[in-house]
Amino acid sequence: MGRKLLLDKAHIEGIRYYDVYRKNGGYAAAEKALKSMSPDLVTEEVKKSGLRGRGGAGFPTGLKWSFLAKPEGVPRYLVCNADESEPGTFKDRYLMEFIPHLLIEGLLISSFALGANRTYIYIRGEYAWIPDILEEAIAEAHKNGWLGKNIQGTGFDLDIYVQRGAGAYICGEETALIESLEGKRGNPRIKPPFPAVKGLWQCPTVVNNVETLAAVVPIINIGGDEYAKYGTGKSTGTKLISACGNLNKPGVYEIDMSISVEEFIYSDEYCGGIPNGKRLKACIPGGSSVPILPANLLLKTAKGEQRMMTYESLNDGGFATGSMMGSGGFIVLDEDQCVVRHTMSLARFYHHESCGQCSPCREGTGWMKKVLLNIENGKGKESDIDLLWDIQRRIEGNTICPLGDAAAWPVAAAIRHFRDEFEWHVRHPEEAVKRNFGLAHYADPLPVAAPAAAV
Amino acid sequence: MAVQFSEEKLNKVKEIIARYPEGKQKSALIPVLHLAQESFGGWLSAETMDYVASLLQIDPIEVYEVATFYSMYNLKPVGKYLFEVCHTGPCMVSGSDNIIEYIKERLGINVGETTADGLFTLKTVECLGACGYAPMMQLGKFYKEHLTKARVDEIIAECRAKAN
Amino acid sequence: MAEEKKLFKVTIDNIPVEVEPGTTILNAARMIGGDVVPPAMCYYSKLQGSGGKCRTCLVKVSKGSDADPRPMPKLVASCRTTVMDGMEVANITSPEVLDARKGVVEFLLLNHPLDCPVCDQAGECDLQDLSYEHGVSSTRYEFKRRTFDKIDIGDHIKLHMTRCILCYRCVFTADQLTNKREHGILGRGDASEISTYIKNSLDNDFIGNVIDVCPVGALTDRTARFKNRVWFLKPVDAHCTCDKCSGKAVLWMRGDEIFRVTARKDKYGEVEEFICDTCRFERKDAKDWVIEGPRKVSRHSVISQGHYVGTRKPQETIARVMDGRAPKLLMDIHSVSEVNMPAVDLSKIDGPAHSNDFPKNNGAQ
Repeated sequence: MGRKLLLDKAHIEGIRYYDVYRKNGGYAAAEKALKSMSPDLVTEEVKKSGLRGRGGAGFPTGLKWSFLAKPEGVPRYLVCNADESEPGTFKDRYLMEFIPHLLIEGLLISSFALGANRTYIYIRGEYAWIPDILEEAIAEAHKNGWLGKNIQGTGFDLDIYVQRGAGAYICGEETALIESLEGKRGNPRIKPPFPAVKGLWQCPTVVNNVETLAAVVPIINIGGDEYAKYGTGKSTGTKLISACGNLNKPGVYEIDMSISVEEFIYSDEYCGGIPNGKRLKACIPGGSSVPILPANLLLKTAKGEQRMMTYESLNDGGFATGSMMGSGGFIVLDEDQCVVRHTMSLARFYHHESCGQCSPCREGTGWMKKVLLNIENGKGKESDIDLLWDIQRRIEGNTICPLGDAAAWPVAAAIRHFRDEFEWHVRHPEEAVKRNFGLAHYADPLPVAAPAAAV
Repeated sequence: MAVQFSEEKLNKVKEIIARYPEGKQKSALIPVLHLAQESFGGWLSAETMDYVASLLQIDPIEVYEVATFYSMYNLKPVGKYLFEVCHTGPCMVSGSDNIIEYIKERLGINVGETTADGLFTLKTVECLGACGYAPMMQLGKFYKEHLTKARVDEIIAECRAKAN
Repeated sequence: MAEEKKLFKVTIDNIPVEVEPGTTILNAARMIGGDVVPPAMCYYSKLQGSGGKCRTCLVKVSKGSDADPRPMPKLVASCRTTVMDGMEVANITSPEVLDARKGVVEFLLLNHPLDCPVCDQAGECDLQDLSYEHGVSSTRYEFKRRTFDKIDIGDHIKLHMTRCILCYRCVFTADQLTNKREHGILGRGDASEISTYIKNSLDNDFIGNVIDVCPVGALTDRTARFKNRVWFLKPVDAHCTCDKCSGKAVLWMRGDEIFRVTARKDKYGEVEEFICDTCRFERKDAKDWVIEGPRKVSRHSVISQGHYVGTRKPQETIARVMDGRAPKLLMDIHSVSEVNMPAVDLSKIDGPAHSNDFPKNNGAQ
């Protein structure tokens, strides 16, 4: 069994409520931090833990905290990013629904470390029932002296508020989230200035993902050094993976970042393999924005090594032959799935979610969707594949926020690895609307390139 | 009839505004629009939006800008039961297309339409964060997950029963 | 003792310039001038918060600063990136930048109707200029373009949303120049549009400035629309006594007739001083104004053709190239045509001729 730090008590009945949570060791970390540690010491522990942002970018959390500007007399804010909207990702929802107090405790410790007295949880609007769960937990915490004025007699004040969004993927981008929290359209801001200097209402602000903030609890409980012993290399601790698509047991899993991708998909402890005896065709291992990989490159790196569920191993080979950990949204496609159609659905998603502020993303995402729809419907041309490549290339890196990149990468990776499937679509349009390309050679073992001989 | 929140809802608005520092009541816009949509027939008319603007002391255009940006606000009347079926990648590979087709057939409407009795509206939406429990849809405040044809029948029957 | 301000040294396309800290790359480039200035479709120096959206001004920062010489990983919007001491920037010397800019122009034109022949903005359109310089001659877009209905927003302004490139300048203008903004960006993504939502009329003393800041023909002056092509009009600087604005404007004239009044624009197409709606829409009588003289227009502009300052008469040139000999007249048009009037000397008419130049009684007074 993999070791767990976040969901270890998720199975306990009633863990959603304060009494059960507290009885099972809850708020011990908060007590430790507030009563025996200084804010800087908490930040130091988080730095030592090597915790990386769990929202998708994987930026070291302790470092992010240390960038927060601390001018005199200006309030600072912590905002919890619960706008989980990346296709394939539903892990934060699980945390908030089942162990809301873990998040509240994480928020309390983090707010204490950052010196924030007012903290917001920005949750996606569609999770309409979860604010009630969170607000109930907040009320319980208040009642028991973990929120409000002079928490546990330490002199620290904190209020946590839940803010619902209203349907916009872009609000997961931290500056768009801040704009939305200010009651505006979710247009990402042009950086700099960064939120750490000018964020919510122009005050220094840290925006962290739900899972990141929850992970602060075990870090304080066991210490940063101990936390860093979990996982592999720079991928310390545990990670929540939300697995979906063609799997026997889709769901949210907490993994110690030391298992292989193959084990994650096929072992009974995790996803339990692919249903109906089908074979694995492709996988998007980190949420829809990260590159899709064919089965052969997913399970083994181009060097022929086993691919592991870590930030580094998933990224091994870069964009040419690797992918990313991203937000941990693990989407599995079996041999019956059509990569062109799947890519089209993602392009449609990004087109729908583009805020429209900057021209490459506003115009480019819709264009890609239309071209892909043509290919999918048997109306594509051979030149469309190169056109798609060119469009994504001109979006990537040229937009205000990472949504442009997120829209470009899935298209780029699909063409990079599945070009023959696209070509089959445009060359055999009549067949393509009736049946799928199938598994083809995508699971065949790849020859491992011999190390370049010295010339 | 003029658009007007009940006393209880007005208190809720006050409570929402109090979550923000003084002078930042514009932040309450998104939650108050949710409240308005729930209270005034499931959609936001121009009159409703102007009312929200007056409550928050902001210009009406600021409300229109926000209401048209976010996909959860309905700018036209919708049926009593709004089926919002996800059709993004993960749901798609789990069979959402068949579910959408089936709902269309059962309700006799296309995506984006409302049944003649005003009971049901069908919409397709992008990822709702329930990929592991696909196919799924949002119905009001809650998610209906692991949809099958039989489950869709049940849901439609439940809605009909409740409406009567 | 006066403190000497430390200036930052920046190099743009290998040309050094010293600027004050806080200056953006774009403005540093404007201080150098010429070809190294990146084009800007959404940035407007007079409008706070503008810029960063159109992405035409992307440049490459090949060296961040003396202190941190690492290059920036992505191209940056020069209008919103401030310079650092020792920064090195590549604009037209970077193939990557030129390629990206080509891409941006393609994106901007993707849904643009390209209806320049019937667009009032033609001849003074930033997008037209940008496309000529950086665009390609054909499109790869094979789908139906996005269209919107034309609407009148008030008595004076026409909104032709189909042409809009969503630069947000008009929104900033309304925010910063008027006391109540009544139009904004509605919708999302490529369905975004400039609108008032419910058909409102924009009336405010300064709202007419949205016409001047619009880089394309999306917002035009209803009092001047279709009255004349800009290149047939002669822009003259003029002023009036106005209690709302400086009264400094440009009159677009033909003969004594004022077709249009705009603010004065600098060489980057930016308004020097915003004018009020009374000056813009209501003062169309030459008697309202004190004319200062012809507006200087770049000789590269099509507008300069209606601007006969310093031009030579053809006779002088002919005489010179023919070593002083007079041209041999093969046919006198007046001997075969009654349409043209010998009594009217076309070369004496300032600007293009129009019907008023030809007296009704055939010129033979």
